[in-house]
Amino acid sequence: MSFLDYLIPVFYALAMVGVFMTLCAYSVLAERKVCSLIQRRVGPNRAKIPIVGHIPIIGKILTRLGLFHPAADGLKFLFKEEITPQHVRIGYYYLAPLIALAPALTTMVVLPFGRYIDVSGMVQPIALANIDVGILFILAVSSLGVYGIVLAGWASNSKYPFLGAIRSTAQMISYELAMGLSILPVFLWAASPGSDYGLSLFGVVQSQQGLWLIIWQPISALIFLIAIFAETNRLPFDMAESETDLVGGFHTEYGAFKFGLFFVAEYAHIIMGSALFVLLFLGGWHFLPGVADPWPDGLIGILCSISWFMLKIFFMIFFFIWMRWSMPRFRYDQVMHLGWKILLPLAVANFVFYIFLIAFIDNLNY
Amino acid sequence: MAKTKVLERKPLTFSEKTYIPQVASGLAATFVNMFKKSVTLEYPEVRPVIPENYRGVPTLVKDPKGRVKCVSCQLCEFVCPPKAIRIMPSEIDGEESDRAHVEKEPAAFDINMLRCIYCGLCQEVCPEEAIFLQDTFSLSGYTREEMVFGKDKLLKLGGTLPDNHFKWDKKKQAEENSENHH
Repeated sequence: MSFLDYLIPVFYALAMVGVFMTLCAYSVLAERKVCSLIQRRVGPNRAKIPIVGHIPIIGKILTRLGLFHPAADGLKFLFKEEITPQHVRIGYYYLAPLIALAPALTTMVVLPFGRYIDVSGMVQPIALANIDVGILFILAVSSLGVYGIVLAGWASNSKYPFLGAIRSTAQMISYELAMGLSILPVFLWAASPGSDYGLSLFGVVQSQQGLWLIIWQPISALIFLIAIFAETNRLPFDMAESETDLVGGFHTEYGAFKFGLFFVAEYAHIIMGSALFVLLFLGGWHFLPGVADPWPDGLIGILCSISWFMLKIFFMIFFFIWMRWSMPRFRYDQVMHLGWKILLPLAVANFVFYIFLIAFIDNLNY
Repeated sequence: MAKTKVLERKPLTFSEKTYIPQVASGLAATFVNMFKKSVTLEYPEVRPVIPENYRGVPTLVKDPKGRVKCVSCQLCEFVCPPKAIRIMPSEIDGEESDRAHVEKEPAAFDINMLRCIYCGLCQEVCPEEAIFLQDTFSLSGYTREEMVFGKDKLLKLGGTLPDNHFKWDKKKQAEENSENHH
């Protein structure tokens, strides 16, 4: 292999990280803007970058939309004084934000975000690594994110972060099960006997060329959606933070850039969750349920599929934010009740039902 | 004794237990809200409408002919609860014939805005309608000295207000007609 063969994947990976981090920054802005709209405020509209912000009309519109605020936020986190409280366990205290962010960024490696047609006429996914067990990889790695929270809670050596971490752990365990069980029927459905897709995300998307899986499996979609909300620690399952009773939860003792890393990690998880939901249930880059893809061939087709996929992700991010500003938080025991006593049995029943249904349909065909 | 009515609490129905209709209605409510007009007043650029009789910063006013109305009777100084007002009375210049018969005017009129409590007693007590609490509501300065407003500043803030009486003109006229004007 030549030197270039090593360089190109690195370049792709860096580009993806760049796009992903930008998305994270702008979902923070989206969060603030949507929140302000829902509460009938105007939201961030003051930050201004010298030259761009002073272009007569465009600059004013960009400023009013608050598009310079992510840069200001980022700079603020960078240049703030780094305060380390004296009572923390130093090594782990510094390690925790990194552990929270790393899994969120790692999962994007296997994320297919578009499709192209290769020389032999086969449809291929665009992803950094198109592996056979994509969903397994994502489930395994994204769950590691909770270690960051647990470690932060423990290393802070203070009661509120500790309580936040405990809640977060309990919540993660109770929803992981329901989440895993809810997507089993999806892969049963997508991977017909003898197909070579298995657990790959690309296979699931390709199986949704006709109708989307949210139409075939609404209960799976609902359970998965709820579990994703719990996984990303978003309201109404905001157990790890619980601003109202735990100050800031796990990141109470964190400030400046370390807090910024937690913040980015949260939004990275949201984007990953949205992407996963779009891939599994909303048909990925396929146009509309029951409508064949109108994407043309070649580069334009590739770009179309990517942008359509992104559009769906944006909608899901909006849905996450919308949900956050509409719902109050569940009480801790209610969350546990919902997870163990309702979602888990429902997921099992759903799984069993689809096993029989799929077996029945397969028998019809033979 | 008033009768207490015990309200019956019905157990949740199945659809309520799933939370889904409630969540959906909540989402609908917030979604509708997104398209309503924002209620934010973007303060420094947009100023709120100040209602009439608002008690803002106390100011000295001039009458429509541009004359200082204050006659330094010092009633406001005496009534001021936090003792924010200091007046130095002086005689009016004899050459200012239009006003010479008024006898007194303030040589210095200081209101310490750090002490003022905006109670409006000075306005209420003033027999000449010379001091008014108007619509300025936000003051700032870099030093304490800066926040003691002198006569010139108070007159500038006050501007001119309409006058229905022209009391001193009438008195002057009465005097010239040698009526008993007191």
